[in-house]
Amino acid sequence: MPGWSWQLDGWIVCAGVLCAVAASLLGNFLVLRRMSMLGDAITHAVLPGLAVAFFISESRNSLPMFLGAVLVGVLTALFTEWIRRFGRVDEGASMGVVFTSLFALGLVMIVQAADHVDLDASCVLFGAIEYTPLDTFQVAGLEIPRAVAVLGSVAILNTVFVIVFFKELKFSSFDPALATTTGFHAGLMHYLLMVLVAITSVAAFESVGNILVVAMFIVPPAAAYLLTDRLERMVLLSVILASASAVLGHIAAIEIPGWFGFRSTTTAGMMAVVSGIVLFLCAALGPRHGIATRYIRRRLLARRILADDIVALLFRWEENAGSPNLSAADIGRLLLCRKWTLGVAFRRLVRSGELELDGDRFALTEIGRKRAQNLVRSHRLWESYLQDSAGVDVDRVHVPAEMLEHFTDSQLREQLGKETEAAHTDPHGRPIPEEVPEQS
Amino acid sequence: MSRSAWVGLVVLVLASSVADLGWAHPRTLDRSRQVHSDRSIADRSLELPTWDQIRQVLLLGDYNVRVVILGTTLLGCAAGMVGSFTLLRKRALMGDALAHSTLPGIVLAYSVVTLAGGNGKTMPVLLAGATLSGLLGVGVILAITRWTRLKEDTALGAVLSVFFGAGVALLSISTQFKEGNAAGLESFIYGKTASMGMADTQMIAGAAAFCIVTCLLLFKEFKLLCFDDGFAGSRGFPVVRLDMSLMGLVIVVTNVGLQAVGLILIIAMLIIPAASARFWTESLGRMFLISGGIGAAGGLLGAVVSALFSKLPSGAMIVLVCTGMFLISMIFGSARGLVVRIRNRRLLNRTVNRQHLLRAMYELWEPSATHAGPSATAARSESVSVEALLKKRSWSRIRLLREIRRSQRDEMLDAVDGRLRLTKRGLVEAARLTRQHRLWELYLIHHAEVAPARVDQGADTIEHVLEPQIVAELESLLDREQAAVPASPHALVSEDTLTGTGEF
Repeated sequence: MPGWSWQLDGWIVCAGVLCAVAASLLGNFLVLRRMSMLGDAITHAVLPGLAVAFFISESRNSLPMFLGAVLVGVLTALFTEWIRRFGRVDEGASMGVVFTSLFALGLVMIVQAADHVDLDASCVLFGAIEYTPLDTFQVAGLEIPRAVAVLGSVAILNTVFVIVFFKELKFSSFDPALATTTGFHAGLMHYLLMVLVAITSVAAFESVGNILVVAMFIVPPAAAYLLTDRLERMVLLSVILASASAVLGHIAAIEIPGWFGFRSTTTAGMMAVVSGIVLFLCAALGPRHGIATRYIRRRLLARRILADDIVALLFRWEENAGSPNLSAADIGRLLLCRKWTLGVAFRRLVRSGELELDGDRFALTEIGRKRAQNLVRSHRLWESYLQDSAGVDVDRVHVPAEMLEHFTDSQLREQLGKETEAAHTDPHGRPIPEEVPEQS
Repeated sequence: MSRSAWVGLVVLVLASSVADLGWAHPRTLDRSRQVHSDRSIADRSLELPTWDQIRQVLLLGDYNVRVVILGTTLLGCAAGMVGSFTLLRKRALMGDALAHSTLPGIVLAYSVVTLAGGNGKTMPVLLAGATLSGLLGVGVILAITRWTRLKEDTALGAVLSVFFGAGVALLSISTQFKEGNAAGLESFIYGKTASMGMADTQMIAGAAAFCIVTCLLLFKEFKLLCFDDGFAGSRGFPVVRLDMSLMGLVIVVTNVGLQAVGLILIIAMLIIPAASARFWTESLGRMFLISGGIGAAGGLLGAVVSALFSKLPSGAMIVLVCTGMFLISMIFGSARGLVVRIRNRRLLNRTVNRQHLLRAMYELWEPSATHAGPSATAARSESVSVEALLKKRSWSRIRLLREIRRSQRDEMLDAVDGRLRLTKRGLVEAARLTRQHRLWELYLIHHAEVAPARVDQGADTIEHVLEPQIVAELESLLDREQAAVPASPHALVSEDTLTGTGEF
């Protein structure tokens, strides 16, 4: 890759990955607790904490600043909760009130000292992650960027927290009331989580800029949430997705502008964008909840049901009169189905050997008849069962049976046969055909 | 930790705040630099304005001040009104997501026009970009909440951060154009309150008028949308289109607000006035007006304060004034304020305590009265000791004594050497309460088939809120229209337990 240097890009990616991991670990629980916007609120609200710490310590020491910021971050969560509870204000609104107010307060305070601080507007909002390798210090003979060290410690802290308190976090995220009644301190877990969110926000603030912290808090866990139903897997997946977004984001920031003849763009911004793309892909293609996946699954089911309906219709037609077989147009009229969809279904059935074309009319083959016979058996067994055992009126048994027949296997048919005491006719007086063994 | 660590944190925040709120109007900054360059970094004293300045500001003497004040007031009013609908629709933070998601549109619009050879930094171009991008953001949020299992807050946060990230990345590229000059492009969304010009104010006025008129015209529809969108749909209202027009209004307010006053401020103005107004009323119409009023007052006062003290940034002051009004509303609000709610709760507690005391007295006196004959209600009751009352139910001595004192003051009870007696008035009231209680118990036994041993608790909670109509209904239902107090259907705390303690 042109212009890639491990000395620089290696550390940048490292900082990005550490930040992504630290944030997404906690983000899982924020997403589950419907507090996703808290990261955003905290990164804006820490301003007065920084100002007060600066005014009190009268120094440029970073430890008091850090503590001040974390303190106000926790207060943000606390105030939001209080206003929500005591003022009965909707959660989002109370968060909006708190963080904008704190931000404004901090701004007023900090403007008083602003004349003396050199400002570079672009380095903050957009994240200073590109400058990570420039600010280093020595650890055990190694020269490590400060941001990497800070974010690394936060990532380790968060990992330990999540592993040690996994059970408590899980319990109190899904059912805080039950957790409290069984002796977990759900409130304590809530505030521990808030403290760590504040620490992570403040630590990540300077390395990737506030918007990216918010992105890493929310987007990878949201993507993981769409992929799995188990919390363990969700946490693991979110960490993997977050790291991947960080790495790919940096590569994209270097590469993509080059295609159009520009120099590299902001890494932090591209990391957020890549995580957004990952979320989009998960939302579309997730194995169980993906939009496209669900659509395809539904189409497949619709296709199977249509094929079922066609063979069952032909079976009933044969059974009724033994009259000449039906043409495509007749079937379309009887099944209220569009020509094109029907054509696809016919072709599929002919290919699988269940239908054969006799002139312009369709007839069942032996294989097709077996399938149809079992279907009609299911249908009529259900009708008998619904009338005998569920007390459904004769006029009303057809519609549910029509739905259930598609999901009834031989085992269920056997059970239905027992329940209806091997009835020979259905409530409409039609014979219930014998079971035919499924072709192997 | 190194000095650069400090710079990393504070300067960072500082810069973001400058960008976010746009206080750094060059004129003010330069002047304060010159004046205060010899002051220490920790010197935070405010310079008080001279009388001349105060008069100048209050009488709107200065053209600049006049324009700024007018602009922020109108904006506050419009934002407050639109905000009251979004608040009730639980979409308060939508403005936040929307404001952030305008950035990529702004940069893209600028880039496209610039690369096509035009001047990209004109208002219509940037506004069009911001609007399209904001609409896309809202659309994505609605799509995520509708088609995936992610919740609204997650959708908001994801759209906010990803769109803003994209905007930042695009911005960095657009600064590399040979044509045009992207510098200051971001100030479009970070605002410039203090240097607001007449053109800005006119635009705000137009947008505010548009929003207010639309809100008034669609008031009924929006009201329905906020309270019961399912019902609105079933009545044939176009819910999706109405929802979209409400979001459209938010976009209008956000767009004019963004470039006039900045990101955080416009979020605050959409949320805080509406949340404050909610404490004063339960009616949407009034809330709408109060919210607009609070927004306008916040804009006005904030701008005035900031004009008086040159070191206070106007955007932040407007937010803080609004926050002050929010706190006042939350505490003193006449409909849902803390004071009102606490007072109501106290009154209810007192009524409950009083009623418990009177009934306990009545039930303790009752056995002796039945011996005395049927005209018992007219007779004065026997005296009862505090200890006996204390055993009657689980109340603390302090609570009981306090209620006894209060009842004595209201001449419901009188005390004779430490023993208590119902006054005539108290007896009538006590008989009425006991009768209600027992009617309800009988009702539960005969009509709800509750076992007699269990009816006491149910009746105990409901007796305090039984209205006269309900009592009348119970009477006719139970055929007990005469005024007599029916006998208790279950065993009362018996005299044996009481005499057993040696008190009697």
